[in-house]
Formats: sequence, C-alpha cells, structure tokens
Amino acid sequence: MKIHEYQGKEILRQFGVPTPLGAACFSVDEAVTRARELGGAVWVVKAQIHAGGRGKGGGVKVARSLDEVRAAAQQILGMHLVTHQTGKDGQVVHRLLIEQGAAIAKEFYLGMVIDRSKQRVALLASSEGGMEIEEVAAHHPEKIHKLWIDLLHGMQDAAAAQIAKKIGIPDAAIAETVTVLQGLYRAFVEKDAMLAEINPLVLTTDNHVIALDAKFNFDSNALYRHPEVVAYRDLDEEDAAEIEASKFDLSYISLDGDIGCLVNGAGLAMATMDIIKLYGGSPANFLDVGGGATKEKVTEAFKLMLKNPNLKAILVNIFGGIMKCDVIAEGVVAAAREVHLAVPLVVRLEGTNVDLGKKILAESGLPIISGSDMADAAEKVVAAARNK
Amino acid sequence: MSILIDKNTRVMTQGMTGKVGQFHTQNCIAYANGANCFVAGVTPKKGGQNFEGVPIYDSVLEAKQQTGATVSVIYVPPPFAAAAIDEAVEADLDLVICITEGIPVHDMLKTRYKMQGKRTLLIGPNCPGLITPDELKIGIMPGHIHRKGRIGVVSRSGTLTYEAVGQLSALGLGQSSCVGIGGDPINGLKHLDVLQLFNDDPDTDAVIMVGEIGGTDEEECARWIKDHMRKPVVGFIAGITAPPGKRMGHAGAIISGGQGGAGAKLAVMEECGIHITRNPAEMGKVMKQVLRG
Repeated sequence: MKIHEYQGKEILRQFGVPTPLGAACFSVDEAVTRARELGGAVWVVKAQIHAGGRGKGGGVKVARSLDEVRAAAQQILGMHLVTHQTGKDGQVVHRLLIEQGAAIAKEFYLGMVIDRSKQRVALLASSEGGMEIEEVAAHHPEKIHKLWIDLLHGMQDAAAAQIAKKIGIPDAAIAETVTVLQGLYRAFVEKDAMLAEINPLVLTTDNHVIALDAKFNFDSNALYRHPEVVAYRDLDEEDAAEIEASKFDLSYISLDGDIGCLVNGAGLAMATMDIIKLYGGSPANFLDVGGGATKEKVTEAFKLMLKNPNLKAILVNIFGGIMKCDVIAEGVVAAAREVHLAVPLVVRLEGTNVDLGKKILAESGLPIISGSDMADAAEKVVAAARNK
Repeated sequence: MSILIDKNTRVMTQGMTGKVGQFHTQNCIAYANGANCFVAGVTPKKGGQNFEGVPIYDSVLEAKQQTGATVSVIYVPPPFAAAAIDEAVEADLDLVICITEGIPVHDMLKTRYKMQGKRTLLIGPNCPGLITPDELKIGIMPGHIHRKGRIGVVSRSGTLTYEAVGQLSALGLGQSSCVGIGGDPINGLKHLDVLQLFNDDPDTDAVIMVGEIGGTDEEECARWIKDHMRKPVVGFIAGITAPPGKRMGHAGAIISGGQGGAGAKLAVMEECGIHITRNPAEMGKVMKQVLRG
C-alpha cells in the first residue's frame, strides 16, 4: 500500500528524521492560509499523488509570495498530472503539500528495500539525489553504495557514519545523517514497509540535513497490525476496479487490452495473459479468483470485467485442484445468465471433475466456446475478440 | 528415489485442527502411502486429542519425540505462521513446508535470520507443497494429475505447476518429484537449491523449471545450471505482459526498480543453455522434444 509524501513525512518525523515545515491542503484558500502561517519568504507547492516524477510533470512549483502560492495552488489542484508512472491520462490532484523552501547545497539519495537474494534489509545510498535511482543504477552503478543491515544489531552508528561519508556528506553533518539513517531504518521495520525512500535528502547551506521527499510502500500482508497506516489510505489514488475487486477478495489489475481473463492462481493468471499476447491478442486484466472461488465470487468477477468498455471477449482458464471444475462451471453459467453476457466467452477447464464441468457448460444452452487446452482456448478467444 | 520426501517419510501437520488443515490432511492421507506417513498433528492446548486417528500433540518437539516425524507441513493462519516455522526449526526437523499465504515479509525476515546455521530446510511459504507421485503428497496439489516417472518439476506458482504436470502426464512423461517453492519474496528453498537436488537424484532425467516475474532467483539459478547441471532443463517464466510496479497476486511477483522482468530472465536462461519456451501451453511438448534429442 502506498501513501502520500506528506503522510510519509509525518512518519519520518515520528522517527526523528527532520523534514521542512509544511502542511497538507485541500483547497486554494487553505494553501494560502497555511503558507501565511508557515511564514518565510519562499514556499514550495507540491502536488500529492502516489506516482513519482511529479516535478517533471509540472506538479511542483516554487512560490516567492503569497500571490504566487495562490497561483501555483490554482494551477496544480485539479490538474491531470501526467508522469512516467501515471499512464497517459494522468492522475487528478486532490491534495497539496505547502512547505517552506530550503537553501539547498547538495542533494543525496537514501532508499531502504528488502534484498530478496540476501534475505536482509538493504540501504541504498547515493550522492546522486533528486533523480530516479534506476537511472543512476543504469549509468553510474558505482555511485550507489549498499549496506545490508543485521537484524539483531540494527543500523549501527559506525556503519551509518561510514556510508554517509561514502556518499560525500561533510563531517559537520555526519551526526545528523546517522540519526536520519537510523530513523529511516526503524520506520521501515516497525511499520512493515517494503520500500522507504528519501529522495532527495538535502544538505542545506548551513550544513543540516532534511528529508525533502518521502516515499513509502507498505506490506499489505501486515496492515492488520497497522491501523495507523491503513488510515492513510487514499482511495482516489487507486483504480476503482481494483478497489471493488479487493472487497470480494479477488486479485484484479486493470490492463489496457480487450480480452478479459478469469483464472485461478497468480502464476497461471499471468501465463494466461502471456499466451493471449503470444497469439496476437491483448489482455484487459489480470484476475486471480484464488483457490476457493464460489458462484458469488465468479459472478462478481464477471461484473468487474464487464465494467471495462473496451472488453471484446472473455477467457476463463481454470486448472482445478482444490477448486472443482463442476463448481466453477456452475458459477460461470450462473454469472453469464445474471449479467446477460453479450461478449464471446471461451472456457478452458482442466483438473478435478473436469468432465462434469464440461457437461454443465454444454447443457447450459449458452453460446460458450470450449477450449480443449490453454493454446486452443487462447487461439479461440483472440479470434473471437477480433471478429467482435 | 526422489527428492526430499518418499514413502518412508514421517510427517506432522501444524495447524491440523483448522478447517484448511483438516481438509488437506484428509486428502494427503488418502493419497498413496499417506495413511502410513502422516503420523501426528500439532495444535497447542489440544494435545491428547486425535483427528481421524492421527494423534495431536501440544508442541512440535513432543510430536517428533513421540512419533519420529521429521517433516512438518504448516497450515497455521498468517499472523502465527512464522512462529510455527520457528518452532519446527527449534525442534530440529529435517524439512518444513509452509503452505500459509499472506505472512508479513518482516516476519519471514526474522524467521530466516533465526534459521542461519540450522540444518532444517524450508519450502514456502505461500506454496502448494511437494509430491513424490505414487508415494507421498504433502500439500494442496491435486494428486490425481501426477504420474510416477523421471521428470522433476520446480515452480513458484501453484496452478501453473499443475499446468506443467498436466502437460507432462498427458504426454506420458511421469514425474520424480514436484516442488512448489512459493510466491513470496522471502522464502526457503529457491529454484537453485531444488535444481541441485534434482541434479544429484539418480531417478530424475530432466527438469521443468517454472518461474515468474520479480527478484533474480531464476537468473542466479540459470548461471548455476550453465556450470553444473548434467541434465536438460526446460524453462518458462510467467509475466511477459505484466506491467512494472504492480504486484501480480503473489507478494513476490512484482517488477520493481527495473529488476525482475520476464524478458530479461528468459534471455539469461536461454544464454545458460536452458530450453526456454515463451508458450505456457508447450512446456510438456518442449520437454518431450528435448528428451528425444
């Protein structure tokens, strides 16, 4: 689960990481009021959306008067902010962060991730702040320093100071940087984060360090023990179909193709998307109905797919293990009737009770196209979508 | 022979009295030699009871001492599952198979940290388990699609493993053992560990390796295969069409930071001499061709 920058900074402050003085705002007037309260001569008006690359997309503006704050807030609030992470339609901006400007001497990068192959938490640090770390990794991998943190000992003073020196933090700011690194690590562990990024961490002209941005991604499997993180959830930032799916315990992701897929199991669901592409079609979604799909769940899955105006055909691909093919077949027939299905439907069933399942489909009187195996089903659904 | 388990393995079920644990334990007992292999269940405070004749103990250690079971399968709910693994490791079991899906990653980091220097092997979490056809099934896979034979199967995904097995069985190619290593980012045995076991198993002639997007396990495994594997390997990676930054069902199936894309994985695998296919419907067919030479 992702959160906004201003929420991330709230968390960082709880763990002793300094951030600029600032406030979240939901209207233009509020932005001006907050800027006046903050005081100072320079403010930064920042769009709050979950995607990165906001600056390049015009979502971050510097203001040198309250009038400029008003103008910037008017421009940004409500805009469709397009960045490399939003897709071509962009993301509508509903929230702003107003902050005091900082006198920046240099920008650095700090990131905390889970290193899968080492099975440890890893800190990534770089002198190249303010740009995408992927870009630094591609062009200057030598400028990224890594520290794997021992779970028992945590982020230790000496190791933190050493990595701060490596990325070029001056001696005068080392102690503050150690505090930032330790706070970031504790926030990462105690809040069950999968990713925590400060990009940039800035060194001010008077040798202090401040987190100028904050990005968190939390482990959704651990949200049950973090109601304070769940409270940060912003449904405006999430795909409507994916929110709807999560209510029914369906794993759904919208894609830009026209062939809907309903599959059991995440791996088989991905493989089904892949084979549609391989046969010249384009998947409209990823949808894993899980191991215990009921008639109701299958019906909801059909409704979700049919909300997509681009949908031209549906492929159901089930390898029944625990899930019995006859149960799925009954669910498919009931769903097709309930939603008055008007697009071609190809069904491929395999596994437990497959013959019974096929019989139910054949006797339903519905125009269901049967796929004998995965390849046959993919070929048929691609052809059906093309003729639609 | 086979890898990891056979008809002589003695198994306990942690979380046997829950709905999921009961259902799958019954199915496993009904498969091949399961009735002899499943000798104990563990549920705290229910020691002394039994489930379908299988005695229940309060702790893993007690179950091991009383029955001689050296392997455990876990169906404990996610908030308590990592502690269940810890208990099995503390009891010095040979192998723990954790089926549970949805364990917090930081819990698994702690569990893996505690496992350093211990000899217990872990499969999963978030996995279908493993099976040696006609001998023993430990997990949630449908037993009837398997045939006894000489092909090893290792995969991160459940139903996609069944797909591979189904294709092999339909072509008359039986399996020595099939291992689902699970879809979580922090887990026990990796593709590489399982490939090493298949390499040393005299009853395995070739291996199907099914991967998916996320992480770099498949690449690391491919490099090992190039230098050490004496048997042909057929490979498929799911997720060519997956968009970056989206978690595709499995917690571990996400392309992040430019790493973990299916295309890059397939390219490394091909370079390392693995017989890759981009068509998930042709894993069995490619294996048949490879075996014909």
